[in-house]
Amino acid sequence: MDVVKAVLEKHQKELDKYKPITVEKHLECRLDVGSLLITDPNDLEDRQLANEKEEYLAALTRDNTQLLVNAIWELPTERVDESIVAKLPEPTTVLPRLRKPPGPRPLTKWEQFAKEKGITKKKKDKKTYDDVLDKWVPTYGFKRAEAEKDKEWVLEVPQNADPNTDMFQKKIDLRNEKVAKNEIQRMKNIVRAKKMDMPRSGYLGPEAASSNQLLTAVTVAKSSTASVGKFQSKLPKEKEARGLGVKELIPGGKRKASHITAQPEREANLDLIKSVLNKKPKLDVEKAIQLQKQDERLEREAEGNKPAKKGGKKGGGKGSRKAVGKKPKGHQGQRAPGKKGQTGRKRR
Amino acid sequence: MKRLTEERTKVLFEKLAKYIGSNVQQLIDRPDGTYCFREHKDRVYYVSERILKLSECFGYKQLVCVGTCFGKFSKTNKLKFHITALYYLAPYAQYKVWVKPSFEQQYLYGNHIPKSGLGRITENAGQYQGVVVFSMNDLALGFGVLARSTTECKTADPLTTVCFHQSDIGEYIRAEDSLF
Repeated sequence: MDVVKAVLEKHQKELDKYKPITVEKHLECRLDVGSLLITDPNDLEDRQLANEKEEYLAALTRDNTQLLVNAIWELPTERVDESIVAKLPEPTTVLPRLRKPPGPRPLTKWEQFAKEKGITKKKKDKKTYDDVLDKWVPTYGFKRAEAEKDKEWVLEVPQNADPNTDMFQKKIDLRNEKVAKNEIQRMKNIVRAKKMDMPRSGYLGPEAASSNQLLTAVTVAKSSTASVGKFQSKLPKEKEARGLGVKELIPGGKRKASHITAQPEREANLDLIKSVLNKKPKLDVEKAIQLQKQDERLEREAEGNKPAKKGGKKGGGKGSRKAVGKKPKGHQGQRAPGKKGQTGRKRR
Repeated sequence: MKRLTEERTKVLFEKLAKYIGSNVQQLIDRPDGTYCFREHKDRVYYVSERILKLSECFGYKQLVCVGTCFGKFSKTNKLKFHITALYYLAPYAQYKVWVKPSFEQQYLYGNHIPKSGLGRITENAGQYQGVVVFSMNDLALGFGVLARSTTECKTADPLTTVCFHQSDIGEYIRAEDSLF
């Protein structure tokens, strides 16, 4: 009997080591076997949580895990290579995304412009009637190039162009250029969408660069010397590149020191006024001529206004000849045609 | 409100000197307190320091106008005077043009002054000299630039423009929104 007792005792001990697989809960736990998740809506016991926190939480976790394992064992099982496997159902809990959902595709520059201006895309017909070829021709795609070739089998050389230019080659070049430009614009759109920095300086070539870009390129190039362009000569009416963000591109272009000096404003202003007023005027030839003319005119007027005095100025001429008067008039003298030795009019 | 840069101050004084010559000094060198020029949204204001102090309570965006607006700087750093500057230009003006009563209205509508509208003119004014335009009873009407020098005016025929219109007091009504 001792043996039986011992065996039973041992069995009891072993049973004590394991807790029962049934778990009592006030409220039923929510189970999502698919994602191996159990949610316990019951309240925690405050006293136990305060006194024996770790043990209580461990026991609670075990109980809940037991419930989950119970639920798994209820699933149909099968044996694969010595191990028992259960197929989990689809998870029912909706988990949030890891990353934020992608937004709408960023608009290209043209699309943005079109949206602003309210331009809508007009759908073109797939085929258009060509008057020259007298047939229906595809607007794009298959057999389009062929139709073009049929249509423009001869090209006119413009009058001002070199007669030996290959107009066909020119046309191809023009098209290639357009394709290249489009490619650049596509790249720019991608860069813009990704909000990356685009290189703003550098020479893009005479076809692609705008006048502002050219100006910036010139300004940057000029200041890219060892002495940051201090000794570069300037063209007579050269402009400096201006605009947003241009200054950062120019090497050595530091932020200017504040224009507010220690000198009181009033004195500074007075000094500036003095320098402005004391500026030597340029020799204005036109003005000088005008003044000269004016003087002459005044003189003439003064002369004209004076009454004709007798011998006013010319007093010091020949001795005391006072009344010079006017030149004698002709046809007034007395003629004496009969007398000899006297021809013509009578001389005074 | 910020102080004008030296470059802009120079532009301002050069422009002022065109109209009032050496009297520019009197705008700064005043017996009745210190006056200064300030810049706000590219406009130049002539303010007494006392009022300037009061204006400092307001932020850049809230502030519309302080003192007298003299003019506006263009993007290329050129200064254009507004009619509001006339109050300070007229008493100091060195070269003046008087307009006949019959032409007054025409001038106030923004037209250039032809020889026929010219009443009187200061002697010795050169071409492109800045002038203040007065009516015959000495009311300042605006300012402009001489198209002909005084001597040329005398010989010019009646329809030629003598003085280019730059600004007139009609602008208080015509350009009310952009003036200050």
